[in-house]
Amino acid sequence: MTAPVLDLRGLSVNYGGVFPAVIGVDLAVRPGEIVGIIGESGSGKSTLAHAALGLLPKVARVSGDRFMLAGNDMLTADRKTLASLRGPAAAMIFQNPMTAFSPVHTLGRQLRDLLWRDRHQTKAQKRERIVKALRDVGIPDPAGKLDAYPFQLSGGMLQRVAIAATLLMRPSLLIADEPTTALDVTMEAQILHLMRTLRDEAGVAILVISHHLGMIAEICDRVAVMYAGRIIEEGPVEAIFRSPGHPYTQALLDCEPALILPGIGRLPVIAGEVPRPGGRGCDFAGRCRHAEERCRCGAAPWQALRADPGHHARCHRSAS
Amino acid sequence: MSPALIEARALSVDVPAGRFAFAKARPLAILAGVSLAIRPGEIVCMVGESGSGKTTFGRALLGLVKPSGGEILLDGTPLPDFSQRSFRTIRSQTSLLFQDPLSSFNPRQRIGAMIAEPRRIAGMGSARLEDIAGLAQQAGLSDRFLSRFPHALSGGQARRAAVARALSVVPRLIVADEPTAGLDVSIQGGVLNLFLDIRERHDTAFLMITHNLSVVRHIADHIVILYLGRMVESGPAAEILSAPKHPYTKALLEAEPIPDPARRRTAPPVLGEVPSIAARPSGCEFHTRCPFVQPRCRSEAPGLDDSAEGRRVACHFPLPEPRPAAAHSLRTVSN
Repeated sequence: MTAPVLDLRGLSVNYGGVFPAVIGVDLAVRPGEIVGIIGESGSGKSTLAHAALGLLPKVARVSGDRFMLAGNDMLTADRKTLASLRGPAAAMIFQNPMTAFSPVHTLGRQLRDLLWRDRHQTKAQKRERIVKALRDVGIPDPAGKLDAYPFQLSGGMLQRVAIAATLLMRPSLLIADEPTTALDVTMEAQILHLMRTLRDEAGVAILVISHHLGMIAEICDRVAVMYAGRIIEEGPVEAIFRSPGHPYTQALLDCEPALILPGIGRLPVIAGEVPRPGGRGCDFAGRCRHAEERCRCGAAPWQALRADPGHHARCHRSAS
Repeated sequence: MSPALIEARALSVDVPAGRFAFAKARPLAILAGVSLAIRPGEIVCMVGESGSGKTTFGRALLGLVKPSGGEILLDGTPLPDFSQRSFRTIRSQTSLLFQDPLSSFNPRQRIGAMIAEPRRIAGMGSARLEDIAGLAQQAGLSDRFLSRFPHALSGGQARRAAVARALSVVPRLIVADEPTAGLDVSIQGGVLNLFLDIRERHDTAFLMITHNLSVVRHIADHIVILYLGRMVESGPAAEILSAPKHPYTKALLEAEPIPDPARRRTAPPVLGEVPSIAARPSGCEFHTRCPFVQPRCRSEAPGLDDSAEGRRVACHFPLPEPRPAAAHSLRTVSN
């Protein structure tokens, strides 16, 4: 098996020493793999994604047993090393393409600036690379778009440009934080198709953060479910959607309107809110239909579910 | 059929073209003649991509953007003109839920005061604290939030506070712009259930503007599909969803990913981009993206065919009824 591009073991992120946003996360993303992270707002999924690129604010303290990105130890890396990894090692696509670009510079200028490392190349060579990248992501008239400003493109087109920008960097890992939330369904379908093509043709590893179960099911190979800063379930996408091992995952699937037959009247919800991470016992116990005494007292163990290889969950009930 | 609560006839909204509104430049039609009647207690969902004019329609109906043509009828009586004074009668009986609730709140006003404000403006007298707490409770918001400021609310709580404010004038119609956008799947059901409760209690009608089709399926009585500011299809929700007649409706339905890895799509999506309203395609405006395009579509614009009862479609070659599909492999809720 090839070495993972991103390898996390016991990774924790703490804001200001008072708020544990991510607690003891184990996660590996291998080359050519698309891994999804799902969870409600406040579950720590975006913090995890930003940590992978060293984009967290200074108050955030990252600790853990292992934190490797493309063969580099991120726990000991200084700022200069981190900066050199952004781009070649990992690149990110943000939720809102409209705010990801500078509004006062042309797209061509912004894309060319990304290639500052390639000092030996001439302007014309860079321009050729940029036009090719734009063409690869399906932008009509790519050469003409170089002189355009971000506001002149639609959200879907701009998200394509953002993906083209990451392609220019040839990253080993692409992190997409809610990449289609700001887009129409028709554009979403096209962007998902593009991401899958990227993986198939360039062998890029992709980490997708989303709370949109439809898109996760559509493109991911493996899925990790986050809740209150912890990964509470992880496994192959088929296993997660067919036979979820954690009651929280089951509850999320139950709430998904696209999976519910019309005419049931009232839609199900998960009552309550995501608690502050790092509580005693199972974090989901307060909202769980099956919660027992032991769920409130002791943290549930992380264990393999027998039906599918590689499918794990953190629940007392799946143990018995 | 009960008479319409509010009706729009050929409602259109134009904006001046170009930086300077020269007399010669033709204005751009954001909304190009949309007719729609909403009956009491009816939930109408308006669906379309960005730029389809769905938000503009909701705003024009309440006079937040000035219509440039057409007619608006309230209880069968047409508005005499589109002045702010005329719209006041409509606004006192309707509420608007904005797309982003937080940005529609005054950051320096406490939630309780904010909920009471529409009453004061509508001249319904000041609201007592119990009334405000009652409204918040109807919206599923605990009264401990009433003394808080907007920034202390989560996305779901802000949405509920906005609904409480909308309810304060006992509206006959609520226009909800993307009411579930940005909400977690675990709480968006709560917002929709709230709408159903409000309808049951007050016979309130809803105009819901959305592009989330999986939500539409559970709540809509009637669906309207807009494309470039025109209605391309409308009809009872169940019929539109099970047997779309316009290729655009079908494309929208197929673009929605199904949360089931076993039913992944392999074929690439065919649709390109929404054309600009500044350069509307000739003939049928969807012909540039339509997989079933015929020569006639490029030259001749189809009219809105309303021969079928309650069902309208603007297409030269409407899709036939689909054959009964194989058993739908949807999961039922395991409660």
